[in-house]
Amino acid sequence: MPRISRSEHLPGIRPRPTIWRRLDAAARRALPAAFTALLVLLLCAPFDIPQQQAMLPGVTMASVFFWSVFRPASMPAPIVFLIGMLYDLLSFSPPGLEAVTLLLVHAVGIGMRHSLARQGFVVVWFSYLLVAFVAIVLDFALLCAFTLRLLPPQPALFELALSAGVYPLLSALFTWAHRGIADPSRA
Amino acid sequence: MFSLSIQLRQALGKLTLPLLLALACLVMLVGQADRRLAESARTGVADLLAPFYSFLAQPIDRVRAIGREAHSLIGVAEENERLRAENQRLRRWYDVAMALAAENATLKSNLNWMPEPAPSFVTARAVADASGVYARSVLLFVPEGQTLTKGMVALDAAGLVGRITEVGSRSARVMLINDMTSHVPVMLEASHAPAIVAGDNSAAPRLMDYPEDVRPVEGERVVTSGAANAFPAGLPVGTVHYLPSGQPVLEPYARLDHVGILRLFDYGLSAITPPEAPGRVILRNHADEGEFGTVPGRPAQIGRG
Repeated sequence: MPRISRSEHLPGIRPRPTIWRRLDAAARRALPAAFTALLVLLLCAPFDIPQQQAMLPGVTMASVFFWSVFRPASMPAPIVFLIGMLYDLLSFSPPGLEAVTLLLVHAVGIGMRHSLARQGFVVVWFSYLLVAFVAIVLDFALLCAFTLRLLPPQPALFELALSAGVYPLLSALFTWAHRGIADPSRA
Repeated sequence: MFSLSIQLRQALGKLTLPLLLALACLVMLVGQADRRLAESARTGVADLLAPFYSFLAQPIDRVRAIGREAHSLIGVAEENERLRAENQRLRRWYDVAMALAAENATLKSNLNWMPEPAPSFVTARAVADASGVYARSVLLFVPEGQTLTKGMVALDAAGLVGRITEVGSRSARVMLINDMTSHVPVMLEASHAPAIVAGDNSAAPRLMDYPEDVRPVEGERVVTSGAANAFPAGLPVGTVHYLPSGQPVLEPYARLDHVGILRLFDYGLSAITPPEAPGRVILRNHADEGEFGTVPGRPAQIGRG
């Protein structure tokens, strides 16, 4: 007996799932993760923008957090792990560090999703700020522990400010995508 | 396709996240324990992406070149005038240099001077600024058929840029002299005093460990010293500059913020240690620690890029 996916339990009339329709739905489902990976690649690309890589933690954490809260199916834990590893290998950070951080952000997002998904933007933003703060402090502490010296805290603060600032922009973009091109039920 | 019971599937789904977290922690520990493994993984990814980045760099370079051209067209007349004057001055200097070169050759032949072998070099372009917030490095694209080796010295048109610390088959990473872990043994040209240029991730690395009785002079030229066999002697590094706080720093000749084409010289030097993650600390006592007037008890961090 073929397994019936959850959306097919819902009542209503829908077109037959042809191969193209399924491909379309899969592409829409994969869009958030693919977009995040592409952002990581582009932020490590040679654009010569000053402090280009300082955007990386903010962008990846915002993306992982948003999709973990609003559609975890598009941002499963293995994908989060892979994005973290890609980040670590492309930037100069110790391998595994960002994977741990992103997985923790993902876990918090999943845990808080039932209470957060119903809230307005400002509440979500503030919760994200809290999560980002803890994550960046953890990052900083681990980096200090690995290097056995106290690193200057300014870059970490700068990263935090950037991630706070970039979240509303990404959130607007993701909300639009969530209802539009990244919505599998529109396939 | 095998089907699992709903309970089992839910249990597995709950287990994924803790398992992945444990895996990530394991990766972190392994990466710390075996730096070579982490390095090879990193160069593998960089190798894969180097052609993509170099493809991406071309249109950006073109746009930037157009911008530069437009900018230079504006002031072309006065630029012309300035160049004419400079050319005249340089012509005079050329004569002086030729006379000095001839004199130098005569003196060397009188002294039975043993000439140093001319180093071989290759040229490569930096395709990506691989700097994080805690590290300063660039990624080089290595064309087919050229081999780079770890420890090659990188110079741009004006001066020392850094050293190769990681080599892949299509890419290589150059750690810049303003990286936080970079310590370059240098010599102040006027006083011949040894010093260390220590990167601190800012544009101007610090100048430290010069002898107590020597005060670096503002604008003094700084060149590499052959100490610790890490760099060949006499490469131009930069000039001395004093910050308002009184701390002497080095203003590099090389443009470290926009690294483009690099010349990579193979001097066959030996004192190269493998690179590690940022802020790496190796407690290792160098035999020539005292030579730099280092503070006792502080590890001499010489010979590391």
